[in-house]
Amino acid sequence: MEQPTTVKILKFSPEKCKGCLECEKACSYVHFKTKDGGEQSAIRIIKTPKGFTMHVCDQRGLCLDMCPVGALTRRKNGVVWLDKDVCVGCQACVAFCPIGAMRKSNVRIEPFKCISCGACVRACPEKALELKEVTLPPLKQVVYHKLGA
Amino acid sequence: MVEGQIPIEEYQTGNTKHTWDLQKLRSAHKIKATYAYKKGDVQRGYANRTLYVNLTTGTIKEKPVTDEMKKLFTGGRGFGLKLLWDSIKPTTRWNSDENELLITTGPLCGTTQYAGSVKSLCLSISPSTNIICDCNVGGFFGPYLKFSGFDALEIQGKAKEDVIIVIDGEKGTITIETAPLEEINTHLLSEQLTHMYATENTDKSRQKVSVVSTGVAAEHSYWGCLNFSFYDIRRKIPRIKQAGRGGLGTVMRDKKIKALVVKVEKFDGVSNHPADPIALAKVGTKLHKEIRDLDRYQCNMRAVGTGHLVEIMDAYDLLPTENYRFGSYPKASKIYSPHFYDLFTKVIPDGCWHGCTMACAKTVDGYTVMTGPYKGQKVTVDGPEYETIGACSNMSLWDPLWILEFNFYCDTYGIDTISAGTSIAFYMEMYEYGILNKERCDGLELCFGNADAALEFLHRMGRRDQGEFLSVASKGIRRVKDWIIKNGWGDPQLVNDAGMESKGLEYSEYVTKESLAMQGGYGLTLKGPQHDEAWLIFMDMVNNAIPTFQDKAEALHYFPMWRTWFGLNGLCKLPWNDIEPANNAETEAPPKVPEHVQNYVDYQNAMTGWKVTKEDLILQSERCYNWQRAMNVWMERGQRKDDWIPYRSMGPVTEMEYTSRKDRYDKQLVQKLGLAQKDVEKMTVKEKMAVLYEYRRNQYQKLADAVYYRRGWTPNGVPTPQKMVQLGFSDKKMLDMLKKKIDADEKAGLNQWGGRYQKSEHPPTNEKHYWKKWK
Repeated sequence: MEQPTTVKILKFSPEKCKGCLECEKACSYVHFKTKDGGEQSAIRIIKTPKGFTMHVCDQRGLCLDMCPVGALTRRKNGVVWLDKDVCVGCQACVAFCPIGAMRKSNVRIEPFKCISCGACVRACPEKALELKEVTLPPLKQVVYHKLGA
Repeated sequence: MVEGQIPIEEYQTGNTKHTWDLQKLRSAHKIKATYAYKKGDVQRGYANRTLYVNLTTGTIKEKPVTDEMKKLFTGGRGFGLKLLWDSIKPTTRWNSDENELLITTGPLCGTTQYAGSVKSLCLSISPSTNIICDCNVGGFFGPYLKFSGFDALEIQGKAKEDVIIVIDGEKGTITIETAPLEEINTHLLSEQLTHMYATENTDKSRQKVSVVSTGVAAEHSYWGCLNFSFYDIRRKIPRIKQAGRGGLGTVMRDKKIKALVVKVEKFDGVSNHPADPIALAKVGTKLHKEIRDLDRYQCNMRAVGTGHLVEIMDAYDLLPTENYRFGSYPKASKIYSPHFYDLFTKVIPDGCWHGCTMACAKTVDGYTVMTGPYKGQKVTVDGPEYETIGACSNMSLWDPLWILEFNFYCDTYGIDTISAGTSIAFYMEMYEYGILNKERCDGLELCFGNADAALEFLHRMGRRDQGEFLSVASKGIRRVKDWIIKNGWGDPQLVNDAGMESKGLEYSEYVTKESLAMQGGYGLTLKGPQHDEAWLIFMDMVNNAIPTFQDKAEALHYFPMWRTWFGLNGLCKLPWNDIEPANNAETEAPPKVPEHVQNYVDYQNAMTGWKVTKEDLILQSERCYNWQRAMNVWMERGQRKDDWIPYRSMGPVTEMEYTSRKDRYDKQLVQKLGLAQKDVEKMTVKEKMAVLYEYRRNQYQKLADAVYYRRGWTPNGVPTPQKMVQLGFSDKKMLDMLKKKIDADEKAGLNQWGGRYQKSEHPPTNEKHYWKKWK
């Protein structure tokens, strides 16, 4: 099977961000049809003393090897995708994501994550977010021992 | 940076591929009985009904699960005991028509968020012990059974020809079908049936099927195991976990069952419909994170499974070698876990249920079989786990490849690696002494380390060899002891002391000579010497944390009760203490892992909506533990005489053993027995052994006294009616039976403490009939 070689990931320009959280609201609308943002958003903007930071999936796909039922796959466009109809809600990917970007909302058992759809980019009034294409290194080595084994 | 992974579709095991004419196999099936049921949801962990199948009459029916049943028996093994009590007689033996094979789940079984939530509890009257044997096992069958509508499957009677029982959760039907053409051995049969009953020709569809099977050796041996399958979408094969102990596979074949098949229609992360799914996911994710961060520094389960224990046991003189004569061996480093790590295929997730991130179920894929009917084929070997490696070190096999070979054939022939290995190790020792020889072993040269002979032993079982030796030897140590003694081939005391069985069941793989508490952990048990009730060696021997009889009795109360609790709920014990919170050592009771105990309190409450405390969990167990012991009493067992253990598990049986650890034993004669150093120096080895023999056997009896008292039993080890009432039981048949038994013991003079006490010592109480005042 042909593997994708590139993927679009979110890039954040903290100096432009005003902390309006429109991105989170747009994201929670994509995933849960609500504009609540917060824990129902795959992208989180966090206020720190030094300014704003972004916390979101970087599409590395370390979670792919964690899924017991094959609900996590890398799609043709390179995005790591969780099929919630296949998912059995075990939370292994949530707990093992090294950056905590696989999220679980209290609304449902299946987790959710950034799918690089660009809704947040379009929602940001300050143009602080953009989707940028990066190269996926064509590695096939098993990462198992780095994931806690 | 992306580190890369193997896409699920692309992973290949390199195994020999089979093509089956499934159409032909299936068209040979004749439907013997069909039953349609109304599908229903599981509520708060319970399907609220059990399934009863009678193979003699073809009856299939549902039985309701009442609130009373949940209160008294919780689920899982508890339900199994209740169903057995209602169905068998005190005279029922393993091959009686009314004996049952039960597969039960439990309210927490099938949860995906908390690691280890998968166990099926299997119960039956065991051919090895002729009392109830319970085994816990992973694999998908239990969860799928529950999500198809049943908390337990109860099979009574015997079929006339080979049948399979199919529980189709998609259609809502149960069928008993003849299955004349399928293979018998597991690695082939489970593949055939998985493909045959999957709704679609896809891996995801095959993952919704689980098969319970055994193999050809289960037909004549008493070591038959049940293999529970779980389909691996990466390796594209049904893998297996074993309910190994006590010969339940033998019962299955005696009933002419070739396999059990269950197919689940659908399930997701909340198919148990927990009362509080948010709290459940929270506690489960917390444990996942602990495993992620700490497993590699603790047990390394995710990399090598339970095999990590080999090097630890060897270091502490606990790894059984040459039939438990020694606890370590110069060649042992050849089978340390790094050697298996090299052989294991490194694919994650490896759990035997979805979401078990402890993932101890390791495999070797593309293993080339070296002997027997499948020689030259490439197969997947599930394991080896620690017990299998220990069984092989017991036979003095020090090559990882032979261990894999032994593991593969035991699994596919359907026999327990522990019983087979421990038994063959005993035969090898008898061979070394000339008590057995080539002629008496039907031409097998069973010397320690002879892997060819050990495998040939298995293959003869696989060929249904009915020679005199094989037909006795495949029934286990107890029968071989009797056979040797009857023929007058060896000193009965040596034979009885060296053969590692108690109650008729072979020991699992730990040397217990220096841990009295662990001797109790093996002997003062319900089903026989199996490490799933208590594992106290480190607490007792290494850390000396339970020095007095009272301390040991407390541990032999708490831990067996605590570990029983997993079996009532359908859980695996490993995520309790094979991963510990980082600060566990600083807690008030590190061996109990208090934070994890609290996890389980929260978990059961989140599932059921109950409001239990940690004391309630022990109470749940105590009810079932006592009920099972009482049932053993009902079957004329479960008393002090039945808790006898062989001296090999207490101390050195042979001069060689004594001499090999001379400093240790000499020191004990001075420090523990109070002998003068200069007297010890003058004594012969034989004299020293005799003194130690008496001392250690008496220590065990004193331990039994303390434990029986703590558990609320009579000095003969019988649960008292007063205790049963305290636990909430009012079953008149049970209470009357116990009272009658205790009265009979009184007449026979058996309500006496078993230990001999010196002037400065005393038994647990001097009060006669101490239980009578209990309310």
